[in-house]
Amino acid sequence: MAGKKNAGKLDKELSRKTLKRILHYIKRYRLGVAASLLMATVTVALTLYVPILVGKAVDLILGPGAVDYGGLTKVLLTIGVVAAVTAAAQWLMGHINNVITYRVVKDIRTRAFNHLEVLPLSYLDVHPTGDLVSRIIADIDQFSEGLLLGFTQLFTGVMTIGGTLLFMLWINPLITLVVVCITPVSFLVASFIAGRTFSMFQEQSAVRGELTSLIDETLGNLKVVQAFSHQKEAQEQFEEINSRLAAHSLKATFFSSITNPATRFVNGLVYAGVGTAGAYGVIRGFLSVGQLSSFLNYANQYTKPFNEISGVVTELQNALASAARVFDLIDQPAIPADAADAVGLTDVDGSVDLDHVDFSYVPEVKLIEDFSLQVKPGQRIALVGPTGCGKTTVINLLMRFYDVKGGRIAVDGQDIRKVTRKSLRSSFGMVLQETWLKSGTIRENIAYGRPDASLEEVIQAAKEAHAHSFIKRMPEGYDTVISEDGGNLSQGQKQLLCIARVMLCLPPMLILDEATSSIDTRTEIRIQRAFSKMMEGRTSFIVAHRLSTIREADVILVMKDGHIIEQGDHESLLQKGGFYAQLYESQFAVS
Amino acid sequence: MKRLLSYLSHYKVESILGPLFKMLEASFELFVPLVVASMIDVGIKNQDVGYVARMGGLLILLGVVGLASALTAQYFAAKAAVSTGTHLRNDLFHHISHLSYPEIDTVGTSTLITRMTSDINQVQTGINMVLRLFLRSPFVVFGAMVMAFTVDVKAAMVFVVVIPLLSVVVFGIMLVSMPLYKKVQRQLDQVMLMTRENLLGVRVIRAFNRQKSETARFEEENDKLVRSQVFVGKISALSNPITYVMINLATVAVIWVGAKQVDGGVITQGKVVALVNYMSQILVELIKLANLIITISKAVACMGRVDKIFQLEPSVKETGSGAGLTGPGASGGAAKTDGSMEQDRTREDAAAGSGQRESDRGADQKAVREADQKAIREADQKAVREADQKGAREADQKAVREAAVRFADVTFIYKGAKEPALSQIDFTAGKGETIGIIGGTGSGKSTVVNLIPRFYDIASGHVLVDGRDVRDYTLDGLRERIGVVPQRAVLFKGTLRENMRWGKADATDEEIYQALDTAQAREFVDSKGKGLDLFIEQGGRNLSGGQKQRLTIARALVRRPEILILDDSASALDFATDARLRKAIKEDTGDMTVFLVSQRAATIKNADQILVLDDGRLAGKGTHRDLLQSCPLYKEICLSQFSKEEVERDGR
Repeated sequence: MAGKKNAGKLDKELSRKTLKRILHYIKRYRLGVAASLLMATVTVALTLYVPILVGKAVDLILGPGAVDYGGLTKVLLTIGVVAAVTAAAQWLMGHINNVITYRVVKDIRTRAFNHLEVLPLSYLDVHPTGDLVSRIIADIDQFSEGLLLGFTQLFTGVMTIGGTLLFMLWINPLITLVVVCITPVSFLVASFIAGRTFSMFQEQSAVRGELTSLIDETLGNLKVVQAFSHQKEAQEQFEEINSRLAAHSLKATFFSSITNPATRFVNGLVYAGVGTAGAYGVIRGFLSVGQLSSFLNYANQYTKPFNEISGVVTELQNALASAARVFDLIDQPAIPADAADAVGLTDVDGSVDLDHVDFSYVPEVKLIEDFSLQVKPGQRIALVGPTGCGKTTVINLLMRFYDVKGGRIAVDGQDIRKVTRKSLRSSFGMVLQETWLKSGTIRENIAYGRPDASLEEVIQAAKEAHAHSFIKRMPEGYDTVISEDGGNLSQGQKQLLCIARVMLCLPPMLILDEATSSIDTRTEIRIQRAFSKMMEGRTSFIVAHRLSTIREADVILVMKDGHIIEQGDHESLLQKGGFYAQLYESQFAVS
Repeated sequence: MKRLLSYLSHYKVESILGPLFKMLEASFELFVPLVVASMIDVGIKNQDVGYVARMGGLLILLGVVGLASALTAQYFAAKAAVSTGTHLRNDLFHHISHLSYPEIDTVGTSTLITRMTSDINQVQTGINMVLRLFLRSPFVVFGAMVMAFTVDVKAAMVFVVVIPLLSVVVFGIMLVSMPLYKKVQRQLDQVMLMTRENLLGVRVIRAFNRQKSETARFEEENDKLVRSQVFVGKISALSNPITYVMINLATVAVIWVGAKQVDGGVITQGKVVALVNYMSQILVELIKLANLIITISKAVACMGRVDKIFQLEPSVKETGSGAGLTGPGASGGAAKTDGSMEQDRTREDAAAGSGQRESDRGADQKAVREADQKAIREADQKAVREADQKGAREADQKAVREAAVRFADVTFIYKGAKEPALSQIDFTAGKGETIGIIGGTGSGKSTVVNLIPRFYDIASGHVLVDGRDVRDYTLDGLRERIGVVPQRAVLFKGTLRENMRWGKADATDEEIYQALDTAQAREFVDSKGKGLDLFIEQGGRNLSGGQKQRLTIARALVRRPEILILDDSASALDFATDARLRKAIKEDTGDMTVFLVSQRAATIKNADQILVLDDGRLAGKGTHRDLLQSCPLYKEICLSQFSKEEVERDGR
């Protein structure tokens, strides 16, 4: 789940814009932010006040017989109260930051997910699922970490530095000067190391990417790897990349871990400087021992925020880069909403007209050109042809997953762009070759199109789809939970469930895109019988490789390169002796 | 955890030197307050500027030495962490790639990948942190206490009280929050699952107009995620404020006790400053520790997830002792087989002592199996004798031909399934025969062929390859004899040549081209103009489904296996290509035994023997013609695919 780390590479304009949008999301929680800032101020101020109190206390303990117990009690009590208030403020701040961060992240994630539902398929079809998932999961996660860290550490860090300087100035300007002079060294060291490590981390993530893609490939196809006893070779390849990764990781890890000791060293220098100068000051009489102790305390915490801030800045840059990727997704144009005057299709009779339809996925590659077809209600239309001839595209257009580029498609005489998508799609029942089931019970899956269906109706649909007998044999019957992507079911069983899903909805028109390709022909015939019963008076479109599936269609459209080259029923097409006849003969061409 | 320690023990030197140098650094730091104390007590008291300057110099020196030891420590820590991570990754990869099919079926690929990648990365970061800080912090804490004792025993008692209390708080919060972090991770997985699912099912979701309910469900899961994140955040946000309050109260106590001691003349003012300094050092370390806890609890959780995978034992175990490397024909008769088994066993023992445990465990089972096998062999011989008596002409040809694959009363149950997927399957496939397997969806066709390379272990009965139980072969030895073309056409990133050499590591271009010819893939390979250097993208994205299928067939053919299994491997081919392919395989493969699994009757009808499966049972076996007469199920299948006239003509 490695989010792409392109921190620093993000151009300024984009980061500014991204930042603005993040702020926009945060705006809803401005009260919380204000409270958090207030708490941070209180925390920092009081944290810095404690060393002064301690210094005061030390000054009240001068030597044997010279201890001011009354004053001491007062100071110590104050310390206790201040510490308690600080702790309360600190906890509140942490809690508020958590709430704000996770809510903002939730808002963005929900927004992104909602957008997925309205993105056109032309976008989703060409973007790898893994990439989109990683934007919504890994990138947003990275963003949330950065945001949280930014909230908690950036502000308090800056405040601590400023506050420390102020307090030190208040106690003694001269010794403060010593601290201020040494500070730039800390910056120099940190930026030197950060510069070196950035490129090392980049190299590391490049090799890591290489390794991940090997893992993805090997584990994703482990069965094949085993069938060829290829484990040893895979292992060698893996170890080779892994050892390269080890070398890069060692470098990157080591160099980045230098930051802490180095700044600690600088811190030590500050400490030594303050100690020496302070002691000199006490000797000269312009500083008390207690004040020296306060100074030493400050010196201890003064440089710490520097490292934290530099860490936060890289983290924030990563977060910005991730957020930019998420916003890029959210900014993709959604499918245009239904026209304002769009009507709902009701009582569809099932006539479909394709009128001089032009369509292509990419403008340069023409696919469907001047495609016309009139389908009468109740007709069974089969689409046949070699791979890539445009069969599935016709279905994409009928369902309005894509819009035509020219011409028009009408259902019941209505241009489908002028009816609501919802009513159009619910008048079609669709079964695709890619069987998709959601994680959930079998019953939920069958009732996907009609969540309110009763169990009896679900069982009836399953029986019609010839799925009942295998469902019955599942451990929990209809309540068996199917895992991600249908895991424990065979391809054929999944297809049967998809068919049951449609059987339950009884739509006026049916689309079967290779719907029965993984089902044996015997079951297929039974299902088709069930389909035919269901389809009486309903229009259907069937795409299939298997000619036995197509034989009984009213009209067979033989497609090639986006055109209909032959049209007719099985017998007439065979007699014609054209492309269809060739295809049909080849089925029985035996060695 | 135990496993992690055993890995770390490979890098003993680094994992000990790292913390050691870290402690060295910390001890130099612990001297700092003492130096400052003497600055105050000696330098200031005596107004000795020179002494103050010397002490300042000493402070810088301590800093330099500290830096040097810190760098050394960081190096060793990084080295130990990276090496452990690398080692762990290698081993996990090895372990996963040797899991057997039943485990692969139950554990999802995506979790395996996350565990290989991000989980191990987290573990690596965790180790690094632990070596660097987790030991340093307690050391500083206890060191500060020890130093306090050298300053003043009475004041040090405050340390003695406060430190255990602090540890209880810090570790208590860690213990409570760790399982909560796990919960958050699980919920995040759930959100990821929903996202993936929605992307993959976008067409169906839109077709059924379910966008709204999907969004609602997503929001619900997302809400749960936020709730658990805020909850765990609330708890872990407690640790800093609590430690802060406790340290400050302790400081108050130290000052109070110190004041009394100063008043009594036991210690000096400078010593009180030193004590306060030690207290604030403890605070700094504890804050670091608290921030570390999140990293560490994540790492521990991740290690747990990794360990879960390590605990998965491959259920198909290496039980065989015969390497089976003898090649075709070498292990001929029954007696000979026994002999070569002995030989192989010694060879195996010498080669790998680690396999010993498994073979011991399997020894009992094996004895039983061997006895069974003997019975089977005897039965076989008897059958041959009977056949001999029956008719010399036919038996001459058939019985002499050895059985390449034999299923003897095989029953198989998938893990967790109620009913057997296969029951009482019994057939013999002779060398060079083509066996067609046909049957309904879920009838067990693929299961039958998956048993031959022992992808799964059977519940009862025997699967024999070349006369020997598959469990008597080593897995590699067995699988080397078999070429499998799986249902899903999978190719790997790399050149065509590299992909083809999966079948045979040292295949020549000529051998590869020959396989491509047979698989009907030569034409399109040539048309791409790159020859065997054709680059195949991950998952074979740059090829069509049919092209991929033909290449996977070629890949299996390159090794010239004794047994070739085509598991519905031509489904994406049009009928004409399919027919040409079958013809070529028949002509080019000689005495290769071919298993053809298919839905298409046309594909298998010319096989020497057809197995008809129905619900895991053998509904019939024989030739196309025999079965049309004897097996109603087969006839039904054929009728659903051919015209009635064709079926009747074939049946005659």
